[in-house]
Amino acid sequence: MNNKVKAKLVLEDGTEFTGYSFGYAGSTNGEVVFNTSMVGYPETLTDPSYSGQILVCTYPLIGNYGVPSKEKENGLLKNFESDAIHCRALIVTNYSEEYSHWSAVRSLSDWLIEEKIPAITGIDTRMLTRKLREKGTMLGKIIINEEEEDNDLFSNQVNFDDPNKTDLVSEVSIKEPVEYPAGKKEIVLVDCGTKNNIIRAFLGRNITVIRVPYDYDFLNIKADGFLISNGPGDPKMNKITIENVKRLLSLNKPVLGICLGSQILALAAGADTYKLKYGHRGLNQPCNEMGTRRSFITSQNHGYAVRSETLPQDWREWFVNDNDGTNEGLLHISKPFFAAQFHPEASPGPDDSEFIFDMFVRAMSPTLTLPKGEGNIKKEFGVK
Amino acid sequence: MIKREIPNKVLILGSGALQIGQAGEFDYSGSQAIKALKEDGITSVLINPNIATIQTSENFADKVYFVPITNLFIEKVIAKEKPDSILLQFGGQTALNAGVELYEKGLLEKYNIKVLGTPVETIQATEDRLLFSEMCSEIGLKVARSKTAKTIDEAESAAKEIGFPVMLRIAYALGGLGSGIVNNVEELKERAAKAFKFTNQILIEESLHGWKEVEYEIVRDKFDNCITICSMENIDPMGIHTGDSVVIAPVQTLTAKENFMLRSIGIKLIRHLGVVGECNIQYALDPDSNDYRIIEVNARLSRSSALASKATGYPLAFIATKLALGYALNEIENNITQETSACFEPALDYVALKFPRWDLQKFQQVSTKLCSEMKSVGEVMALGRSFEEVLQKSLRMLDVGLNGFTCNNLTFEELDKELAEPTDKRILAIAEAIRRGYSIDRIFELTKITRWFLYKMKNIVDTENKISSLTLEDIDYELMLEAKQNGFSDKQIAVLTNSNEADVRKHRKGLNIVPCVKQIDTLAAEFPAQTNYLYLTYHGEENDIELKQQEQIVVLGSGPYRIGSSVEFDWCCVTAVNAVNKCGYKSIMINCNPETVSTDYDICDKLYFEELTFERILDIYDKENLSGVIVSMGGQVPNNLAVKLHDAGIKIIGTSPKQIDNAESRHKFSKILDKLGIDQPEWNEVTTLEAAKEFAAKIGYPLLIRPSYVLSGAAMSIVLSDEELEIYLKKATELNKEHPVVISKFITDAKEIEVDAVANNGELFCYAIAEHVENAGVHSGDATIVLPPQRTYLETMRRVKLITKQIARELEISGPFNMQFIAKDNDVKVIECNLRASRSFPFVSKTLKINFIDIATHLMLGKSVAKIDKSSFDLDYVGVKASQFSFTRLKGSDPVTGVEMSSTGEVACLGDDFNEAFLKSVLSTGQKIPKKGVLLSTGTPKNKAELLEDLFTLKEMGLKFYGTKGTADYYKLTGIDVEVLYRPFDNKEPAILTYLADGKIDMVINIPKSSEKVELDSDYIIRRKAVDLNIPLFTNVQATKRFIKALAQYKPEQLPVKSWDEYQ
Repeated sequence: MNNKVKAKLVLEDGTEFTGYSFGYAGSTNGEVVFNTSMVGYPETLTDPSYSGQILVCTYPLIGNYGVPSKEKENGLLKNFESDAIHCRALIVTNYSEEYSHWSAVRSLSDWLIEEKIPAITGIDTRMLTRKLREKGTMLGKIIINEEEEDNDLFSNQVNFDDPNKTDLVSEVSIKEPVEYPAGKKEIVLVDCGTKNNIIRAFLGRNITVIRVPYDYDFLNIKADGFLISNGPGDPKMNKITIENVKRLLSLNKPVLGICLGSQILALAAGADTYKLKYGHRGLNQPCNEMGTRRSFITSQNHGYAVRSETLPQDWREWFVNDNDGTNEGLLHISKPFFAAQFHPEASPGPDDSEFIFDMFVRAMSPTLTLPKGEGNIKKEFGVK
Repeated sequence: MIKREIPNKVLILGSGALQIGQAGEFDYSGSQAIKALKEDGITSVLINPNIATIQTSENFADKVYFVPITNLFIEKVIAKEKPDSILLQFGGQTALNAGVELYEKGLLEKYNIKVLGTPVETIQATEDRLLFSEMCSEIGLKVARSKTAKTIDEAESAAKEIGFPVMLRIAYALGGLGSGIVNNVEELKERAAKAFKFTNQILIEESLHGWKEVEYEIVRDKFDNCITICSMENIDPMGIHTGDSVVIAPVQTLTAKENFMLRSIGIKLIRHLGVVGECNIQYALDPDSNDYRIIEVNARLSRSSALASKATGYPLAFIATKLALGYALNEIENNITQETSACFEPALDYVALKFPRWDLQKFQQVSTKLCSEMKSVGEVMALGRSFEEVLQKSLRMLDVGLNGFTCNNLTFEELDKELAEPTDKRILAIAEAIRRGYSIDRIFELTKITRWFLYKMKNIVDTENKISSLTLEDIDYELMLEAKQNGFSDKQIAVLTNSNEADVRKHRKGLNIVPCVKQIDTLAAEFPAQTNYLYLTYHGEENDIELKQQEQIVVLGSGPYRIGSSVEFDWCCVTAVNAVNKCGYKSIMINCNPETVSTDYDICDKLYFEELTFERILDIYDKENLSGVIVSMGGQVPNNLAVKLHDAGIKIIGTSPKQIDNAESRHKFSKILDKLGIDQPEWNEVTTLEAAKEFAAKIGYPLLIRPSYVLSGAAMSIVLSDEELEIYLKKATELNKEHPVVISKFITDAKEIEVDAVANNGELFCYAIAEHVENAGVHSGDATIVLPPQRTYLETMRRVKLITKQIARELEISGPFNMQFIAKDNDVKVIECNLRASRSFPFVSKTLKINFIDIATHLMLGKSVAKIDKSSFDLDYVGVKASQFSFTRLKGSDPVTGVEMSSTGEVACLGDDFNEAFLKSVLSTGQKIPKKGVLLSTGTPKNKAELLEDLFTLKEMGLKFYGTKGTADYYKLTGIDVEVLYRPFDNKEPAILTYLADGKIDMVINIPKSSEKVELDSDYIIRRKAVDLNIPLFTNVQATKRFIKALAQYKPEQLPVKSWDEYQ
């Protein structure tokens, strides 16, 4: 960055933040959200749930350990959560131009440029975060090198645009089913924008993953379990998926929802969801397991949540956020349906809640699978 | 709700005197523990002889015992107080060891006392290396492999098994002598052969040279909830003690995978070990892969946990106490936000950098090399939003005369060696290497410091280069902002542009570049926080808090702990802050020491964790609406700023800065004394050797030499001859060119007397006169101090008081001050006057039960204080303050006391008579009662004669005497039998060193013949050996005599144990 290129973030309320570009020299727009994690930018940037968003890092020093290689394992990029960067732009305080790590092959800046993602350094991200916290998530646009262009003309090229009104999930979901073979047991992963580590979690447990598009009619696949993945945007946009899940629930097969998947499961069950003021994005969110003294530190990235008081009969809150009391997980009292609003697959983040995958896998064992239509048998993982 | 068994009465063990490796951080942890108990209505009983701590102040523990933290005394307290539970994790290694011993001796069981928090079995498992590595292996975790060898063959096979390169260590070595990395069989054979000359056992360890060193602070509750509060990365790789390493939080150069792998390993191990409360885990991480080793677990609050608390704002010690009481993590509120839960992992939106403070130049013959043994005496922490910013801030905070990472006048002769063999100056050598054009790769090869840190350091030098080619006026907005964001002070910019600090400030403010105030809120602004924990940064555009409130008063803290300034000043600061609030003002604390209580967020209304520099205080002054600044509580650092702050228009509360200058300036002060007709030792200020010799010829040797403006006698010396004078002056004039050298008559065989006092507008309000046990010549910070005086003439006392009154009036003192006198017969001379609180204020305040600082602060703020009843000064008991030395840690240092202060801490005990108080305080510093034999090396014939009657006392106690032939011959005539042993250079048996090593001698009396001469003679070797073997060493005649006299009166078992409030 010998020639510093000025860059600007404009919020919908008119606030402007000026810094320097260290990514792609193009302008963009999106929903501005902040993330409080102190490590894990390669994983976070490739998390499809950030689709449509401008990501603000509250942690000031970003880029320290560069970016790892695109090495593949089991058909998945080993060091990333998907094949591409999904947020629309990155905002940091102090980008590290020089990096050092044994696993790094290039700088964050080079990667962002290659992926055509604009990025700004030199922004008071704490001030920005406080603003987002006070006013709630806002729309924003990024304007690079404004001075070079005709001022009015240039800024008019980009508009504020609410990504939640578009079908973000369709943009990040795979187009055709893919199978990741690993063992006899199989799950169907409904890909609403899944993170690779969800797939790795099952492959590591010798379970074959059949990854299908979000709108795929998966009900005729004979699988041992079904997982509705994480993904971007407003859960209510996913009408087809919700309908499919409604039908899935009548099969009494084990179902696990993660993040957006949890919200879709809730909507399918008849509950409601709502948009949080500024969401939960970070690696330090405490979630209490209801009815126990246990609390787990979780990795989170969600802007919407399940309205727990709308949960139908037989559904229970499984986890609740210890900070603000919002819902963090669901459980059916008699059937093998459960959901986590946080990310048990971590990456990045703590693996405290990884046991959820073990529970799900246990629920898939034949002795525990319920005969069709039968209801209220208490389950080991169900009632406390 | 799950029912908790809340205890009724809890015994807390403190950590005793400050020493290297165990300092102020345990005042922080202990005082938080007491607060946590209080909140639950639990009665607390504290044992801690460190009288200068905040935890031993009124309104903290319900009962305080100033007695040694040894089983003998703990049991007495237990028998008396009958606590139902005990906390072992809050008093460092001292408390932990004492606790394990209580447990092993069955005393806890005998008195039916429950250990709260981490069980003793867990503590034992973390303390025993073998047991610990077994427990790690049980659950498949990796520890560094290590094998012992007794022969070269064994060493060879061990090394082959572990794989070269290996680390060869000598068990129980002097100063890491002979340890090192061995690359192949030949090298190993050679090194091992050498090593076996000193020892019969060596350790062959897996080499982790160059691995990253990282630490995590972990808490766990009894419901098995387990979280990590803070991650920290040592910038110095493995090999340097973490206490001597530059440490940054959070980790910077680890990927998420590595970070969460280490987190998971830590949690797994902590659950396996069964810790309940807080602990610290250290790892080595391979810089070239994901491989790791667990180094150790500290199952207690530690220096790192104090640092982590301050770095994150998460009150670890407070939470650890609650967890020990049986709370679940998610039952406790996050006090910082008062909204969210304590069960979360803090997210930082800044970085915190710890830099150690060394004082190695105060010791003779000490090695400055950094190794696996800690040598630093204190630390600072800098907060900011870039690495460059915190590194430069931290170097200034050290208060060792550095302007930052650059712009220091330093020269390095063997730069490669400085880089490869770390000393306390390495970081500055890196700056020099970058400036000389060394590539980052080359510096990395030499230092093994992760390149990322080096790149960041290079950024600072790059900015320096940009500025240095410009004049101040040429610095534009962008460059000025870059410089400030990279941590440059106005002074640095002034140095580089050949201008002055004030002009830089003006120019900078003209460019509209000022720092902004940010909060430490534990969760990166995710939730609103009520916190008053603040720092300043140039990486920001918005202040987090409302500024310019009314009626705010700043108390300046004392900066890093160092020899001469430690927890005593923190006590003064905290007490002053409380008093400021009591007087109806809002209090602001500025300090940068993470080991202190003054930097706890709940102490003051606003805490600026910041540099104690002129520039930074002015920045805060510009932002806040300050009613005034108190400079008299934090020792010499704030005191030195008084005049400058005053000149900048800041109101100084208390004695006027003009008078502070009058007292500090030797010339001015001397003139004042002359005017008042007060005697002082003859002195002269010289700038040349000739003038010095002339003065010496006039008044005669011995002479005391020192530069002006000093604390703790830095660079002070006693010289006995023209030759020594010449040697010293060559050293000292290079030390400080700006200031001339002061020479004064050194009066031998005189007593030293100290006065701590408070005056109100020139009227003496209250005072305490104390005497030193040792004769003049021992630095007041090292001396044993007695209150009230036991051997001072009434007439002397009267004159001391009169002079104190006169000085108070003349200097129009308002606030605390301290005076030092020298008295011989009834002749009293003034040797020093400080218009600020002194080290001994907590001691006198707590002994007299009159809080001098509280009174002083009230008076300074114009509040009236009720006159103190004269009888309050008339005590029926005695307080004795004794010094704690850390010579054992400082390999090679000569363990003698002199005009240079060398103690690292102190204790004080109360007793019904002098001997009781004296013996308790001496035992509190770790001295033991001799039971076998005493080695005599009693110095000059005069000293020998002086000790004679006391030797008879020892003889009656059944002790044997050993000594050289000369000593034996001398004492033979008097009727004392001394067994003759050979000196170190005689190379003959029976030798002194052998007897010391074999444990036949458990007391060494070694009175140096000259208190100053640097000599690598056999006396030094004997003293050093005694210290290394932990054998009580006495080097001062008066202190030795008093110790023996006290022993004659009391056996330790007979010493009564009374709580502080029982002394009436």
